[in-house]
Amino acid sequence: MAVSYSLAQRRPYAGAPRRGPVTRLLEDERWLAAALLLPTLVLLALFIAYPFVKGIELSVTDAKVGVPGNFVGLDNFRALANDSIFRVAVWNTFVYTAVTTVLKLALGLWLALLLNRHFRGKALTRAFVLLPFIIPTVLSTFAWKWMFDPTFSVINWTLFRLGLITGRINWLSDPTLAMVSVIIVNVWRGVPFYAISLLAGLQTISPELQEAAAIDGARPWQRFRYVTWPLLLPVTMVVVLFSVIQTFADFQLVYVLTGGGPANATQLFATYAYQIGVGTGLLSQGAAVSLAMFPVLLLVVIVQLLYIRRVETH
Amino acid sequence: MARIGRRKLFKLTGAGALAARTGGIAAILAAGRAPAYAQGVGVHWLRWNDFIPASDVLLKNEIAPAAEKALGFKLNIEMINGNDLQARTTAAIQSGSGPDVICGLNNWPQLYAESVVDVSDLAEELGKAQGGFYEESKVVANDGKKWIAVPWCVLGAMVVYRKSWFDEIGVTKFPETWEQYREAGKKLKAKGRPLGQTLGHTFGDAPTFTYPYLWSWGGKEVEADGKTVVLDSKAAVDSVKFMTGFWKDAHDEGGLAWDDTSNNRAFLSGTISATLNGASIYLLAKIKPDTYQTEKGTPMFEDMLHSPLPRGPAGQFGYHLPMSNMLMGYSKNQKAAREFLRWITSKEVYQKWFDSQQGYSVGATTVWESDPLWKKDPIMLPFRAAARAGRFPGFAGPADRKAAEGLSKYLITDMYAKAVQGMPAEDAVKWAHEEFVKIHAA
Repeated sequence: MAVSYSLAQRRPYAGAPRRGPVTRLLEDERWLAAALLLPTLVLLALFIAYPFVKGIELSVTDAKVGVPGNFVGLDNFRALANDSIFRVAVWNTFVYTAVTTVLKLALGLWLALLLNRHFRGKALTRAFVLLPFIIPTVLSTFAWKWMFDPTFSVINWTLFRLGLITGRINWLSDPTLAMVSVIIVNVWRGVPFYAISLLAGLQTISPELQEAAAIDGARPWQRFRYVTWPLLLPVTMVVVLFSVIQTFADFQLVYVLTGGGPANATQLFATYAYQIGVGTGLLSQGAAVSLAMFPVLLLVVIVQLLYIRRVETH
Repeated sequence: MARIGRRKLFKLTGAGALAARTGGIAAILAAGRAPAYAQGVGVHWLRWNDFIPASDVLLKNEIAPAAEKALGFKLNIEMINGNDLQARTTAAIQSGSGPDVICGLNNWPQLYAESVVDVSDLAEELGKAQGGFYEESKVVANDGKKWIAVPWCVLGAMVVYRKSWFDEIGVTKFPETWEQYREAGKKLKAKGRPLGQTLGHTFGDAPTFTYPYLWSWGGKEVEADGKTVVLDSKAAVDSVKFMTGFWKDAHDEGGLAWDDTSNNRAFLSGTISATLNGASIYLLAKIKPDTYQTEKGTPMFEDMLHSPLPRGPAGQFGYHLPMSNMLMGYSKNQKAAREFLRWITSKEVYQKWFDSQQGYSVGATTVWESDPLWKKDPIMLPFRAAARAGRFPGFAGPADRKAAEGLSKYLITDMYAKAVQGMPAEDAVKWAHEEFVKIHAA
């Protein structure tokens, strides 16, 4: 550095631009790093931190639409503990998330293993598999709504024609079947995400490992259990993490398909928060319902991230 | 292409505004662009996509240009899905910017009372000029001291039924009581033509059925003080007990999941014999006689009649959706918005819109009952004075925020839905009662 500095001193370049204070500041890597990070920080602050803080602020007041409200401490959360619909929503959300996650993981993994094989039309099939994930959820859910329609259900029609049923199945009218229906749609929408992400994970596993295991006499199940699965686990954990967060906070699917009905049989955290916050204008209580999700999600994230770290360090 | 530098851009953009301030029209023309401060002046009116599309066409193509001509400012009418109106209103109020006037449903003016402007002068002037408001229009738009919205219309809800199918089972006059309706429904269901009714989470057809049904048995949420919850009563339990049998005997059991459009489709496809709805089923069948036909190949609309809901032990009631225009407090065009509201509700202008509705909605004032429109189609006649029998959720208390909370949580509808799904009637009523107690204790 000293050499080039002295050269520059000796032979000044006439056309060189004058370096302003900002340019000089940015030549320092620490300042440059800060400047480059700034847009991301601003975006995170605006769209993640601000709404989150605002949500907390709202949940400890009695704010309504157009009324800032006063500080009421944890009154809104106390009211929720006493709210029978909220309790139903909590139970539903856990059932919905648990069942869909297990099904999506099992089906997604199975699909990923199939797609990882060589066959004709592989690229096209992979593209088609993504369709449910690409179509806007509201649109596809409307299509499902028609398929589950008590009067016009194409599913009922098919089952009836095949002689499998004699009467009508009230998919969305029966409380249990309504939950089964929203689970089916969620699994249909979510499987491609699992399949493609796990497929990407599978492709990073060297085929030589499989071959070596095969030469050593490992059967297909053993090759999967002792070679593929341990190597796929970190990717799987990340995929499950994202999926759990998304499913736990799911809104549009249930809102379109059942509106939380019948008699709150499919009411989730997000749909109930919307019903209270927007439908009734009780912003503070709506925020409290939303925030009630937070500790659960935080716990899920911490546990999974710790697990991922452990897997990676091993 | 000519390069426009930073300095030149400043000069150019300043020119329009400067010219307008100093040189009038000639200068604006010379500058070649409208002055920035003249753009955007006008009234922004937000409303739902009408179930009668002809009314939306009329508003866009005729009313908006006529407003510009009569009032001298631009009327920007925005129409969105009815289900999205509340989210949009909430966002507008919280951010302090948005439409100047919002045409809301139900008792939304009470929900947003702190964010709307007192329009007593406009409402009183309108009520006086047009024979007075219906009670239902008044309770949602008046907070007891002042008018917080200008009532716009009332959407009548009536039972639409297939005349020939009722005739076939020997019922030539629509049942007057719930018992008679159940008997008729039983016979119809046996023939594969059940009654159709939603008990799902949907804002229109579910509560407009369940609330009047409860009232007709003598049940109510609260006393007139608006605080004492009295839902858990013999009348309510009786109504729930009757409903469970009524549902099984006479109804299409898929109705537990129906939304506001499901019963329209079911009726028009000939799978149900009667349903509570606005006049949209009939009006659509009338517009498309070749599409919607009976099993005999005749236009279905010719086989339809309307009737109010049957009577219960305590009387006969209706809940018809009221709509009112809220002048938003954040609006910077208050004066223009007031002029617009006065103009659009004036008899001559409103008449055009009223005609386009063909009776789907009735005016918020009684003067529209004597309109010649009602002579055109006798099938629509039951809608004419329907709003007179209307009550609003929250009865016997005020139509306030607490009433809206019970409504938006579907407590009354779910009380019946739970019983239909097997919960004992007493438990279903107790559950809803306790939920109302919590709402009123808050």
